Amino acid sequence: MSVTDLGMPAFPAAAARSTRDTRLRANLRYATHTIRDKRARAVSELGDWAQLRAAGRAIKDRTLRHLDHYLERLEEAVTAAGGQVHWATDAAEANRIVTRLVRATGEREVVKVKSMATQEIGLNEALAEAGISAYETDLAELIVQLGKDRPSHILVPAIHRNRSEIRDIFRSEMGSWGRPAPDGLSDRPAELAEAARLHLREKFLRAKVGISGANFMVAETGTLVVVESEGNGRMCLTLPETLISVVGIEKVVPTWQDLEVFLQLLPRSSTAERMNPYTSMWTGTTDGDGPQTFHLVLLDNGRTDTLADTVGRQALRCIRCSACLNVCPVYERAGGHAYGSAYPGPIGAILTPQLRGTASALDASLPYASSLCGACYEVCPVAIDIPEVLVHLRERVVEGGKVTRRGVKTLIKPAKGHAAERAAMRAAGLVFDRPGVLRAGQRLAARTRKLHPRRLPGPGRAWSDTRDLPPVPAESFRDWWQRTRGGERGNGREEGGK
Amino acid sequence: MSSRDVVLARVRRALADVPRASGPEETAVPRDYLREHGEHPAEDTVQLLAANLADYRAIVHDIDAAGLPGLLAHLLGERGSRSVVAPAGLPPEWLAACDLEVVPDVPETTPGELDAVDSVVTGCAVAIAETGTLVLDGSPDQGRRRITLVPDHHICVVRVPEQVVASVPQALERLAPGRPLTWISGPSATSDIELDRVEGVHGPRTLEVVLMRP
Amino acid sequence: MRVALFVTCINDTLYPRTGRAVVTLLERLGVEVGFPAEQSCCGQPQFNTGYRHATEPLALRYARAFRDYEYVVVPSGSCAAMVRDNYPRLGEKAAAEGRGRALAEAAAEAVPKTYELTEFLVDVLKVTDVGAYYPHTVTYHPTCHGLRMLGLGDRPRALLQHVKGLELRELPGAEECCGFGGTFAVKNPAVSAAMGADKTRHIQETGAEAVCTVDNSCLMHIGGTLSRQGSTVRPVHIAEILASTEGNVL
Repeated sequence: MSVTDLGMPAFPAAAARSTRDTRLRANLRYATHTIRDKRARAVSELGDWAQLRAAGRAIKDRTLRHLDHYLERLEEAVTAAGGQVHWATDAAEANRIVTRLVRATGEREVVKVKSMATQEIGLNEALAEAGISAYETDLAELIVQLGKDRPSHILVPAIHRNRSEIRDIFRSEMGSWGRPAPDGLSDRPAELAEAARLHLREKFLRAKVGISGANFMVAETGTLVVVESEGNGRMCLTLPETLISVVGIEKVVPTWQDLEVFLQLLPRSSTAERMNPYTSMWTGTTDGDGPQTFHLVLLDNGRTDTLADTVGRQALRCIRCSACLNVCPVYERAGGHAYGSAYPGPIGAILTPQLRGTASALDASLPYASSLCGACYEVCPVAIDIPEVLVHLRERVVEGGKVTRRGVKTLIKPAKGHAAERAAMRAAGLVFDRPGVLRAGQRLAARTRKLHPRRLPGPGRAWSDTRDLPPVPAESFRDWWQRTRGGERGNGREEGGK
Repeated sequence: MSSRDVVLARVRRALADVPRASGPEETAVPRDYLREHGEHPAEDTVQLLAANLADYRAIVHDIDAAGLPGLLAHLLGERGSRSVVAPAGLPPEWLAACDLEVVPDVPETTPGELDAVDSVVTGCAVAIAETGTLVLDGSPDQGRRRITLVPDHHICVVRVPEQVVASVPQALERLAPGRPLTWISGPSATSDIELDRVEGVHGPRTLEVVLMRP
Repeated sequence: MRVALFVTCINDTLYPRTGRAVVTLLERLGVEVGFPAEQSCCGQPQFNTGYRHATEPLALRYARAFRDYEYVVVPSGSCAAMVRDNYPRLGEKAAAEGRGRALAEAAAEAVPKTYELTEFLVDVLKVTDVGAYYPHTVTYHPTCHGLRMLGLGDRPRALLQHVKGLELRELPGAEECCGFGGTFAVKNPAVSAAMGADKTRHIQETGAEAVCTVDNSCLMHIGGTLSRQGSTVRPVHIAEILASTEGNVL
């Protein structure tokens, strides 16, 4: 994982800080609500959305269940088309491969298309250590890079920044990276985009090495697909002499025809458009057009561990559209940084603890970063049941169990810090499984009801700092029923125990 | 053991629950989604293309083949273009009425030289009505990918109705995966600043589409 | 028709008036209601926090408690969803772990007979006008599990629209979670409170006298937040509105 993620606080603490940042809250609220409404309109245009979603889910499931088969076919097809395929078991290996490939060209700088996989492995930092400058060229990634910041959204990495913050970053930072911002730059989005165009153009025109990810890789043809809006992707994919694409192994789809499903699902789910402005598809190399050297680095980095979990595996269907972030009430208030990885929001909450494991306090807290409201599942274009996986991962955190880590089956212990909760859950289980005991408890509470405070001390403050407790009634339902209808209508015995 | 073998072995161990004998077909893929959204006569499909192109801020023109050279000369002149890139297989008569420098699409041209060219005129492989998309496949009348990327003004000629399909599935059926493909839906755009859409970042900021009838 | 009430542990202990309202309502509609005392908790708090194994005896207990009934009516969207969505998962996982099919069979028995209250009224009794009278302005918050897991759709609103005297006020951002989320409310208190603050702001903007849901757990959070803010908006379970009549407004 990226070095910047080390030492992150657990999710609740980081999220609590974000909730107090009123500007961040306002930026996120405005942006997520705008895009979620647009998405709903774009999706409602297609009467067969449910069928497309079912097909998308099934194609991904088929791919995952036979991933070895499709990866081998992909490798064969890419190689036959003039590409070179490399395999990386983890982030460090992928970074070593890319560094070696860039060094072999003799170049000291590369231009990059926005890519989740290279962010996940911390490629820019690894290249910097090797003395290679990596320039992010997506507008939002540029804002993040210039601002020495971290991305907080999959699709719109600078979603946490508003226009005046962006203007300030451009004014103060562009000059030290290349062409400075124009004099008198205002905060109009069109002017800011123009400043980025001018700043990056000189980098595109001289670039010899491009680095990308891919949205899809077609096993039967060896075709890679990059979906984008600005044209920076096309610049990086076609102007350099060498192209290196780092792609997670789960991004493969079996057939050319399968693209007809994903090219309908992805744009409407992500940018809420009928189609994104630019989609590039390339198969190996083409004589006289585009990069004459093409490397594909296939990345595992925890994906096979995720695949080994029959419930959690569905997270690998993700096509990184970010619709789940845009509808998530927790993401909207916590912001992307609180998730501590390249993958924020609901999908991050199920992907990160599977890719990295749940050993750190942050990663163990991610499955709990949800009220289980289900809005994410509802909008997911490949029907990932995110609440189901969240609950499944919570079980792994509190109960431990069998997992696969770096390809090896391991038995993990319950995470620390859940002892009191575990005891409380056990006690509750005992009480609820003995209605007689439950009734005794209810009666005790009722007798002492005048003494109950509406605020709690200690751990109970997590509730009562902002919410009053409900008053305890004089009589439970159970007692009312017994008193008013006891013995009637076969309401049967009450078990005192098991 | 190579990393390739390590990854593939991990994948196989991870899939211990999957019956391997039956092959990928053991997971059924339902394809009951539509091949196109609503059936349209050819003329309606062209109208839909025009409407969706315009919706994403492409400038749409409608002309017959005889009028094309005059229209192109008018559009390039109106913009004040002094040079235009022409792919090798562009029908020569298309630019016959133009009085400006025609830059050939040759491998020796550097990106910097291309950046100094004002416009580019190409044909296309297929156009998708439902999404307002043009697809270029590097055929002789479309040229190398970079020529429709670096100049700031792209005029794309679509032969209607034969190059127009209704939907994404129909477009993929017509395209050859081995060719380098560029799907273009409106001019370059970004929504990275407060999700406010701005047309024109790195690709051509002006996209004009000529629907050319026989 | 043998109909049982699954009152749920939170209603039993903290909101008995909701349980009494369900009994009043169903009896008014001519339904004889049973209350098997063997029932307790559906196990949702344990299950959703990761304690699947602690949930299993409660699922078995649920199936056993309602064995003699054709219908189980639940005045809680999330508890009904727990039974319908998660009991089958409990069963499948236990079977996969080689612990037999008892849980799967319990789930198969429990799922088809379990109805959330408004579902039971609209789908089984086929009634939207339950003869209720409630002379107040009310806003309706569709709780997440009712909305998305059960797919309650328009049922609660259809019922409320037929209540005499009731004026329904549209809730802005209605489909957004209130921020309760069970143990989420205490594990992520800051985010939960922020969500609750937005929800209660929207509720107050409607100017309604009462906010109504199909779930007292969400109402505990919403009502607790409103109460702390000193708001006069009352949290009311939909059963209490539907049980009210001209002679007896609850």
